[in-house]
Amino acid sequence: MNEMNEVRKPPVATTGIIGWLRINLFFNWTNSLITLFVIYCLYQFIPWILDWTIFSADFKYNYLGEQITNQEMCSRNLDPENGGACWAVIYVRFYQFIYGFYPRVEVWRVNLAYVMLAFALLPLLYAKLPYRKYFLYFTYIFPVIAYFLLNGGLGFTEVSTNKWGGLLVTLVLGCTGIALAFPIGIMLALGRRSKLPVISMMCTLFIEFIRGVPLITLLFFGMVMLPLFLPEGIDMDGLVRVLVAVTLFQSAYMAEVIRGGLQAIPPGQYEAAKSLGMSYWRMNLLIILPQAIRISIPPIVNTSIGLFKDTTLVIIVGILDLLGIGRGTLADTNWLGLSYEIYFFVSLVFFIFTFGMSRYSLYLEKKLKTGINMGAD
Amino acid sequence: MSEESIISLKNVNKWFGDFHVLQDVNLEVKKKERIVVCGPSGSGKSTMIRCINRLEEHQEGSIIVDGIELTGNLKNIDNVRKEVGMVFQQFNLFPHLSVKENITLAPIWVKKMPKAEAEELAMRQLEIVKIPEQANKYPGQLSGGQQQRVAIARSLAMNPNIMLFDEPTSALDPEMIKEVLDVMVDLANGGMTMIVVTHEMGFAKTVADRMVFMDEGKIVEEASPDKFFNNPESDRTKLFLSQILHQ
Repeated sequence: MNEMNEVRKPPVATTGIIGWLRINLFFNWTNSLITLFVIYCLYQFIPWILDWTIFSADFKYNYLGEQITNQEMCSRNLDPENGGACWAVIYVRFYQFIYGFYPRVEVWRVNLAYVMLAFALLPLLYAKLPYRKYFLYFTYIFPVIAYFLLNGGLGFTEVSTNKWGGLLVTLVLGCTGIALAFPIGIMLALGRRSKLPVISMMCTLFIEFIRGVPLITLLFFGMVMLPLFLPEGIDMDGLVRVLVAVTLFQSAYMAEVIRGGLQAIPPGQYEAAKSLGMSYWRMNLLIILPQAIRISIPPIVNTSIGLFKDTTLVIIVGILDLLGIGRGTLADTNWLGLSYEIYFFVSLVFFIFTFGMSRYSLYLEKKLKTGINMGAD
Repeated sequence: MSEESIISLKNVNKWFGDFHVLQDVNLEVKKKERIVVCGPSGSGKSTMIRCINRLEEHQEGSIIVDGIELTGNLKNIDNVRKEVGMVFQQFNLFPHLSVKENITLAPIWVKKMPKAEAEELAMRQLEIVKIPEQANKYPGQLSGGQQQRVAIARSLAMNPNIMLFDEPTSALDPEMIKEVLDVMVDLANGGMTMIVVTHEMGFAKTVADRMVFMDEGKIVEEASPDKFFNNPESDRTKLFLSQILHQ
């Protein structure tokens, strides 16, 4: 009966918003019931959390209009019926959360390092950045600049690392750990697969030993035992000792992740590279590793996120990272009982960083997949 | 005789574990000679040619390629590999690099050729294998026949004296076999020394100077194509030929 030139449309309500709702939320009656239940829960939860975190919250002043300087002045302590979160504690202690006990006169150095870190990350994040090559040079020398900026030397006043704290320590540990562990992990992974038995055994032993020990034990090891191995008279900085422990720990995990990627490369790739006369290092650098790392991006980011969060464990050897400063603040009689606010803030900061990393890995996966079919045949 | 040999295998033996895969293999190949190796699967023909560029190690006997003996000496191995190109059954292109980069990689990094020169060379090689228009695609975007031709171009870019082909058409769909064989025939007519492991008997009849038949790790028969196909000596060769020609 249809006219020849009539364009057949898809059945009503399978496309557009209504179609999407029907297929995804109200497909059958159990599905609809669950949808309604979830909507009800969100209806209960969202207004409450918005009210607590924003609408009824104190930021700097309480509901009487006084500037808050201790927990007794928080609206919710003055009038338990009203008042939400008391963010004033973050406001008052913000400096410590971000810089620890870094001297205020020198704090511009930390700020500069933060800004430079952003610039150093730019060429890694955006492959299409104009003048990317020059930005990359900066990325390579950034660690050296950051060291002198933060630690002192070259005309800068020394700031002992025991004055560092908060986000500064978290970022230094996280970034250095991840950045150093990556090349070390690659070497360990290649070493473990090496045909030379001595190298392969040493790498395997190292990886298995480090992986078999909890990070906390390694931190204690770094703090207590590392100085015993050093020649007399040389005192290793506390933060450096922790960094060594964190980096070793992370490299062992990174090595295993990259080894997984290496195992996924078909032997034909090695043979093709060899038949073209490539040496072991050329073959690995140009052919094998680029493919292996591409395959391993999700687990690499996964272990990196893991490390970033594990840096909070340094609190047990007396280094105050972001969480450490939070716990220190809680112990202050002025701010007793504000654990919700402090843990909420600390979680939020960690979430921003880790969520950023995970989005970045998705972007990378997408970008590297375009036009490349990994299974060549 | 052995003065002119560019490849010389003498009493080569190899075991995979307890399996004796090459048993006293002797083979002399002269410059510009085209050898086709055939035989049932598991007869050691792939292993033999993979020993010639040391992708596999032989355990006894000697292999001399272009005057260089293959031993544990890494420098010798590298030198031999620069002389010998190889094309594989599974193409083994580098999937993360474009066609052009696949070809330029070894000239740039192994031969230290300037990038512009290497790219020019790559385009010339792609002309030879008749797919210059695919230069900027990735291997995954090409058909099997095109991939294999890129693999041939990649080997040729290193300007080898000898080309080894390890069942180059076995992984291809039937309609793509011809385009690859055509390129190989051109190459043979150009005077390249070639050792080809293949079951393409038509190709063997056209280009081979000598046929080598292997079975159970041994070279059973060596003869001119004419004699090999029309009047083979060994019963095993007759059986094999009757099996593959009756497909």
